[in-house]
Amino acid sequence: MRLSSSAPVKCLTAFFALLWSGNLEAADEQLDIGISTNEIAITSDFAGADLTVFGALDNADQFLLQIGQYDVIVALEGPERKTIVRKKDRFFGIWINRYSMDFQPAPASYSISSTVPIDRIAKQIDLSGRTIGIEHIHLNASGSIGDGARVAEFRNALLRLRVASGLYQSEPVGVEFVSSSLFRATLRLPANIPVGRHKLRAFLFKNNEYVMERQLSLRVVKTGAEQFIFELAHKHAFLYGVLAVALAMFTGWLASVMFRRD
Amino acid sequence: MSIYLPIAEISVNAFIILGMGAAVGFLSGMFGVGGGFLITPLLIFYNIPPAVAVATGANQVVASSFSGALSHFRRGTVDIKLGLILLSGGLVGASVGIYLFVLLRSLGQLDLIISLFYVIFLSVVGGLMLIESINSLRRAAANKPTSFRKPGQHNWVHRLPFKMRFKRSKIYLSAIPVVGLGFGIGVLTSIMGVGGGFIMVPAMIYLLRIPTNVVIGTSLFQIIFVTAFTTIVQATTNQSVDIFLGGMLMVAGVVGAQYGVRVGQKLRGDQLRALLALLVLAVGVRLALDLALTPDEFYSVITTKEGF
Repeated sequence: MRLSSSAPVKCLTAFFALLWSGNLEAADEQLDIGISTNEIAITSDFAGADLTVFGALDNADQFLLQIGQYDVIVALEGPERKTIVRKKDRFFGIWINRYSMDFQPAPASYSISSTVPIDRIAKQIDLSGRTIGIEHIHLNASGSIGDGARVAEFRNALLRLRVASGLYQSEPVGVEFVSSSLFRATLRLPANIPVGRHKLRAFLFKNNEYVMERQLSLRVVKTGAEQFIFELAHKHAFLYGVLAVALAMFTGWLASVMFRRD
Repeated sequence: MSIYLPIAEISVNAFIILGMGAAVGFLSGMFGVGGGFLITPLLIFYNIPPAVAVATGANQVVASSFSGALSHFRRGTVDIKLGLILLSGGLVGASVGIYLFVLLRSLGQLDLIISLFYVIFLSVVGGLMLIESINSLRRAAANKPTSFRKPGQHNWVHRLPFKMRFKRSKIYLSAIPVVGLGFGIGVLTSIMGVGGGFIMVPAMIYLLRIPTNVVIGTSLFQIIFVTAFTTIVQATTNQSVDIFLGGMLMVAGVVGAQYGVRVGQKLRGDQLRALLALLVLAVGVRLALDLALTPDEFYSVITTKEGF
């Protein structure tokens, strides 16, 4: 009984909070984004692509817009995957993987684009709190960490390798206003982009303060034969193996018939 | 022309893969070996994940050994009984090998063990072959008769129990070393992605003293089954067989092999073996350098759920 009586009180508080914030923001800006497709297909000749995101900024203060006080950040977060980072060390003269650290699920790819470099848009603590920017992707070690001092070392290595392979990338001036209220963001998708559900996030900042966020979902899929083979190999693994052997035997038989000389 | 490999999950140049397949096929036809021990390291040098390279290598060997075994069947140079006994050991060995493969992969040491196995086997086999072929070349230069098999000469292998008669090979031999050899090669097939002909053929000739004329046909016969088994088990447990990659290698490989055979027939046996020995050693040295030299990158990232 006590639980149910407290519910209306909470609702009321929320309602007043809403009113209060509405009074403060004279013009409540609205951010909207759209993409031409919600599915990106990886074909056999996929070598990366540019994703263009269009957005609209409504109810903006024209004066602030003119002097560039509105900033937009657009980021595409890849599917969350667990990760293991290993480090090689010399052992009896050869280099082997001797140390490793497991990381909790985190975006396997990340591409960010903004009107100006993000550290000029908001304070580090804001960016970190909203996980905006490569530096602020949540990469937490999991399992038995052992020496905690090594976490930073492995985390940095992971970030560095992902940046080097193009999985994590940033375009500091990739968002531009094409009219007073329309903007266009270009995100670079690497050739090795992971398949799965990606999350497109757009943030609006005014006078270096966070205003709002919009999210869209996007799927990256393999197509045609690649998709078929991948599905077959994972869902009907035994059949796939038999097929691979049959293909090999057929090729071998064909060759021995075609080139038969005796 | 770049092509996306659905299982390896990387884009490769199709012409490079076809070229690799044709070159290895040519060499395998020339030397009468399966070529798995060349294709797997080449794929690894070309940045194919080692797990995929090994599993796909085994798949490719099915094609080349099947093609080779068919022509040996026509000539009647296959000892099926001997092949089946080798196979019984081979299948057990391949199962143990797959178990080790999965274990090593979870420990993060798979790539290391694959490289180490290659370095050890390629150096030992290459070294022994080189010594043997140089001696043989010297004898030929001095006009002395050359012979590999000295009939009537027995070693410890021939004192083992469970002797069986192999009609086709015209020998009377214990089953223990045959099963043991099959087992050992089976383990190597799973871990290295090779047929193992480059170890099995010398072992059958020098250790078991099986007549040379049935050795290659019989070893090819059993390699078909062990590599086919390995391919299916790798596909089922590790999902690491790339049929696109394997298909390209097979087609280029069997064509290349036909031309290799023709060139091989023009060269003398001891010259061929010396060349093969040098090739085997070169691949071994290259892999050894990769292990011993300070790497450019100390860290590696493995993203689970997909990829290798």
